[in-house]
Amino acid sequence: MMLLEVQAVSKAFGGIQALSTCSIAVEQGTITGLIGPNGSGKTTLFNVITGYEKVDSGTILLNGKSITNSKPDVVFSLGIGRTFQLTRIFPHLTVLENMHIAARREHLNELFSRWSSTHEQRQALELLDLVNLLSHKDDLAGNLSYGQKKLLEFALILVARPQMILLDEPAGGVNPTMINEIRRYIRTLNQQKGITFLVVEHNMEFVMKLCDTVNVLHRGTTIAGGPPSVVRTNPAVLDAYLGA
Amino acid sequence: MLGCRDTKKGRSVITTLILQGVVLGILSGGVYALMASGLTLVFGVLEIINIAQGILVILGAYLSYWLEQRFHIDLFLGLFITIPIMFALGVFIEWAFIRRLKWDRITLSILVTFAIAVIIEGALTYFFTGNLVILQTRYTQQSVYVPFINYYMPLIYIYAFILSVVLLLVLYFIVYRTSFGRCLRASMQNRTAASLIGINVPQVQAITFGLGTALAAAGGMVFGATNAFNPASSYDLISRLLVIIVLGGMGSLWGALAGSLLMIVISDVVVLAFNPLWSSTVFFIFLVVLLVFRPQGLFGKLEGRKQ
Amino acid sequence: MISTRVSRLIGIFALIALVIFVGIFPVGIAPNDAVNTIAVFTLIGAIAVVGWNIFSGYTGYISLGHAVFYGFGAYTFGLACLYWHIPGGWEPFLLLPITGLVAGAFAFPLGWISLRTQRHTFIVISIAWVFIFQLLAYNLKGFTGGSSGVFMPLTPWVAPYADLPFYYIAFIILLIAVFVSWWIRHSKFGLGLLAIRDDEDRALGLGVKTNAFKLTAYVISAFFVAMAGAIFAYYVGSVYPEQGFNPAVDLTIVLMGFLGGVGTVAGPLVGALFVTPFQQWLDLQFGGQGVNLVIYGALFLVIILLLPRGIVPSLQEKWRNWKEARQTRLADRTRNLNKEPSSALAERGGEG
Repeated sequence: MMLLEVQAVSKAFGGIQALSTCSIAVEQGTITGLIGPNGSGKTTLFNVITGYEKVDSGTILLNGKSITNSKPDVVFSLGIGRTFQLTRIFPHLTVLENMHIAARREHLNELFSRWSSTHEQRQALELLDLVNLLSHKDDLAGNLSYGQKKLLEFALILVARPQMILLDEPAGGVNPTMINEIRRYIRTLNQQKGITFLVVEHNMEFVMKLCDTVNVLHRGTTIAGGPPSVVRTNPAVLDAYLGA
Repeated sequence: MLGCRDTKKGRSVITTLILQGVVLGILSGGVYALMASGLTLVFGVLEIINIAQGILVILGAYLSYWLEQRFHIDLFLGLFITIPIMFALGVFIEWAFIRRLKWDRITLSILVTFAIAVIIEGALTYFFTGNLVILQTRYTQQSVYVPFINYYMPLIYIYAFILSVVLLLVLYFIVYRTSFGRCLRASMQNRTAASLIGINVPQVQAITFGLGTALAAAGGMVFGATNAFNPASSYDLISRLLVIIVLGGMGSLWGALAGSLLMIVISDVVVLAFNPLWSSTVFFIFLVVLLVFRPQGLFGKLEGRKQ
Repeated sequence: MISTRVSRLIGIFALIALVIFVGIFPVGIAPNDAVNTIAVFTLIGAIAVVGWNIFSGYTGYISLGHAVFYGFGAYTFGLACLYWHIPGGWEPFLLLPITGLVAGAFAFPLGWISLRTQRHTFIVISIAWVFIFQLLAYNLKGFTGGSSGVFMPLTPWVAPYADLPFYYIAFIILLIAVFVSWWIRHSKFGLGLLAIRDDEDRALGLGVKTNAFKLTAYVISAFFVAMAGAIFAYYVGSVYPEQGFNPAVDLTIVLMGFLGGVGTVAGPLVGALFVTPFQQWLDLQFGGQGVNLVIYGALFLVIILLLPRGIVPSLQEKWRNWKEARQTRLADRTRNLNKEPSSALAERGGEG
C-alpha cells in the first residue's frame, strides 16, 4: 500500500526548474532511498512534501488524501517528520526542552500547563536514552557535538510518533562508527515501530546497505527506481552521475 | 506654501494643488532618496539597521551650517569638506562598534546605533542648543514661477533636487559600474561566497558604512536647506527613512528611490491639496496597507524565517 | 555540595525577602519624597519591560512600537475618567484592567498586520504604529483633546504620602506581570515561543502553530504595557500625544530589556532597576543641555558591547560554567582516587 505518492510535481525557482513532473511512490513500512547528483532536486522534493515550498503543479497524497501545499505544521501533525541537511535543532534550549517542543499538543489547556508532565517526560527520556543523549538532557542543545545534534534531531522527530520520516543526508559529516549506529537506529525503528523512511543520501554504501528500494532523481525528474542491486547497474543512472 | 494663485486655465483648484504636490514631492523626494539609499545600502551589505542615520543627517546639516556661519563657506562647496569628514566618521563607527557584533546582529545593531545616535544628539544639543535653524544662502532665497502648476518654487528645492540626482547617479555608478561596486553587490548577496573568492568583506563593509554616512552628509545639507531643524528632528526623520526603505524593500537601491518618491509625493499632495495635519499619518497608513498585501515591500525578496 | 533542592529553597527564600523589602521600602527604609518618585517610575518601567519581554524577549521579534500600547493605556484611562466622571483617589485604579483589555483588543489587528512581515520589517512597522497613533491623537481633537491632551483627575492625597498609592498599585501589577511571565516561561506555550526565537521555520515544521503563538504573546504583552502607561499618566497628571505615544519610551524599554537580559524572567527587572534611577539622576544633574544624553548613550554603548546578552544571561552563563568546571574537577579527583581509565572522559567529550 502506497503511503506517500508524489504525482507529476513541478517546481521552478525563477529560471531554474528544480522539479519537472517528478513522481515517486513510497510503500508503507519500507525504507526507500532517494539518490541523484547534486542539483537534481532532492531537497526541493522534501520541501514541497513537507509544505515549506508550494508546488507549481502536481499533487502529493498521503494515505490517498491530498496534502499538496499544506502548511508545515499540518503536514507534521499528519505524521510526516523531516530532518535537514544542516541539522536544525533549537540551540538555546536544553536537550530535554527541545524534545518537549515536538510533543503532540492535543488540547488548548495543555498549552499553559507546565511541560514536565510525567507521561511526556517519560517518553522524552526514553527516546533520549535510545540515542544515548540521556546524560545530556539538561545541557544546551547548542553545546552538543555535531553527531549528537544529528541524533537529537532524530529524537525530536520520533517524539511525535510519526508514520513517516524524511531523512535529508543522515550520514553527512559523520564518522563511520556513527554512520553504522544511525543505520542501526533506522532499521530498528522501521522493524519495531513500522515507521516508513524516505532517505536522501550521497553515501552509496549507506543507501545500498539500508534501503529496500531506491529512486534516482536527475534534473528534477525520476529516471530509475527499484531494488538497490538493479539500480546500481542501470546505465541511465551511471550516465546521470558521470555525465552531470 | 508660497504663491498659490487662482488658476486661469479652467482647471479645478484641487487638480492644480495636486500637481503642485506631485512636483514638490518629486523634488523633495530626491533628497529623501539620497538619505534612504545610505540606509538601505548599509542594511544590504552589513545586515544591520542603522538607527543613527537620522541624526547623522542632522549632523551633516549642522556641519554645513557651522561652515557657513563661521567661515562663510558656501553650502554646496562646503560639501567637499563635510562629505569626506562624515565618510571617515562612518568608517570609524563601523570599525569600532559595528564590527564586533557577531551574535544577533540586527537587534544589537539597533541598540548600538541608537546609543551612538543619542551621543551625537547630546553633543549637538550641547554645541548648538535646541533652537531651530535653517541653512540659507543668498542665491537660494529667490523663487521662480512655474507656470504649469501655478506655483512659486523656491530655487533651493530645484538646486537640492539637481544635487540629489547628481549624487545618486554617482552612487549608482559606483555600485553598478566599478569593481568596488561589484564587491559590494557580491557581499550583499552572499557574504561567505564573497570572502571565499577573495573579496575583503570587512573592508567592503567599512567602506559601505562610510558611503552611508557620506550620503547622510550630502542629504543633511539639502535637508537642512529645505527644512528648519534641530537635534530632535532626527526622530521624525529616521522614522520616515525606515518606512521608506521598508516600503521599497530593505536592501534595494531602486526601492529606496521608488519608496522616497512615492511617499514624499503622497505626503506633499496631502499637505497641499487636503489637510497638512494628515500628511504624516497618510504616509504611515500607506505603508501599513502595502505591507498587508506585500510584506516584502515593493522591490524586496520574500524569504523564509530562519532567524 | 549544594543539591538542587537546597539551592531552590534558598532561591525562594531570597525572593520572599526581596518582595518584603520592596513592600516596606517607601515606608520603612527610605521615606523620602524624591526617592519615592524614582521608585514609582522604576516600578512602572518594570511593568512595561516585563510586559514587553513576554513578546519580544520570548519570540525574538523586537518591537520598537510598544509605546503605542503605553499610549492606549494612558488615553483610555484619562478618557474614561473624563467621560464617566470618575473622581480622583482610589477609584480610578479599578480602570486599570479595562485599559489593559482595550489595548489588548487593539493589539489583535495591529499584531496580525505586523506579524505577517519578517523580523527586520517587523521592527520598522512597529515604529510606524507609534507615529500613526501619535498623529491620530493629535488630529482627532474632538475625541482626544488634540495637542493639549487629557487631564487626569486630581488625587486627594498629600505629601509625603501622595506617592504611596501609586507605588503599591504599581507593585501589585508588577507582581502579577512577573508571575504571568514566569508561568509562560515554564509552560509549553513559552517553550513554543522560545523555539520560534531560535528557529521559527523549524518550529512550524515540528507542529508549533507559530502565527497563533506570536499573536497571543503580542496581545498579552500589550495588556501589561498599557497598564504601565495608565499608571504613569495618572501619576504625572495628564497625557498628550508626544508623551503618550513616545518613541523614546520604546527605546528605553528595549534598553532596559537588553541590559537586564532578554528572554529571561528576572532580566527585565534588573534592567528596569538599573536604567530608571540612572536616567532620573542624569536628568536631574545635567538635564536639558545634552550632556546627559552623551553620558547616557556612551554608557549604554559600553554596556551593550561588553555584555551583549544582558546582565542576567551573562551571570547565568558564568554560573553554568562554574558548575561545569566544578563537576569536572570533582570527577577528576574521583577518577584519580579510583585510578579509573579514561573512558569517562571519552564519554563526556568525544562523541559524534
